[in-house]
Amino acid sequence: MSAPPHAIVSYRTFIIIWVLLLLLTGVTVAVSRVHLGALNIWAALGIASLKSALVIFFFMHLKYERPIFKICLLTALVTLALFIGLTFFDVLYR
Amino acid sequence: MSDKGHPAPHKDYTGAKLGMWLFLYTEVLLFGGLFVLYAVYLHRYPQEFTTAAGQLNMYLGAANTVVLLTGSLLVALAVSAIRLGNSRLAQQLLWGGAVSGVLFLVNKYIEWSTEISHGIYPGSPVLAQRDQGESVFFGLYYLTLGLHGLHVLIGTIILATVAVMSAKGTINQNEFVVLENSGLYWHLVDLVWIFIFPLYYLLL
Repeated sequence: MSAPPHAIVSYRTFIIIWVLLLLLTGVTVAVSRVHLGALNIWAALGIASLKSALVIFFFMHLKYERPIFKICLLTALVTLALFIGLTFFDVLYR
Repeated sequence: MSDKGHPAPHKDYTGAKLGMWLFLYTEVLLFGGLFVLYAVYLHRYPQEFTTAAGQLNMYLGAANTVVLLTGSLLVALAVSAIRLGNSRLAQQLLWGGAVSGVLFLVNKYIEWSTEISHGIYPGSPVLAQRDQGESVFFGLYYLTLGLHGLHVLIGTIILATVAVMSAKGTINQNEFVVLENSGLYWHLVDLVWIFIFPLYYLLL
């Protein structure tokens, strides 16, 4: 039997993360109303990635998990990046 | 751990959680496929996508973002509460999470019924008269957000179930991996929405 390895996360930590997530949502909306051309989409994706990282590492406890969990996440993200990258390699140079 | 003749039931905490994470990665790739379609068509029809996105209700989208983020917070807090032995608080937080799911779906119902009443739905005569890019945008919009909405519905049912299990004591201070895994599913629903919101509602 394997015991739960990670510590109990305090309520306070979660509430701080939630406030940060709400602030970043505000930033996404604000940035999206300014015309920046192609930069708009990259800003949106950048902020969304940052928000995802907060959700994954804190709400989903990944920060407190064993390395195998982090390796799996990396594998999934690399697979997705290859998927997206190779699709665009095809679409852009067709 | 086991008494003579009464072996303890086999439990593998890490295995249970790793299994859930692996399932979530297949979900990421499922939604990832839809986001790839979005990206390719955005590249092909940048003007039409902007026009179409401008017709979505940004305020309802933003409200739903706040609802889901708050729902995620409540479920994350519930995991800590159960581990601290406060089952009552955990149950209340889980019901709160389920309510956030219902609120999200009510918002979605208002949003979609307004759009459908304006003749915006896949294959509608109104869209047939517009540019093809707009048709593609709304097709992807209904498919992606519909699939996400289905996940919210399933997640809401799961949260209500684990709330009841906590009340019955099946989930407790020592046995909480089911609650953690249910929470992971709920956070994934939140994660997908974090990308949907700027890509569909805020496109300029």
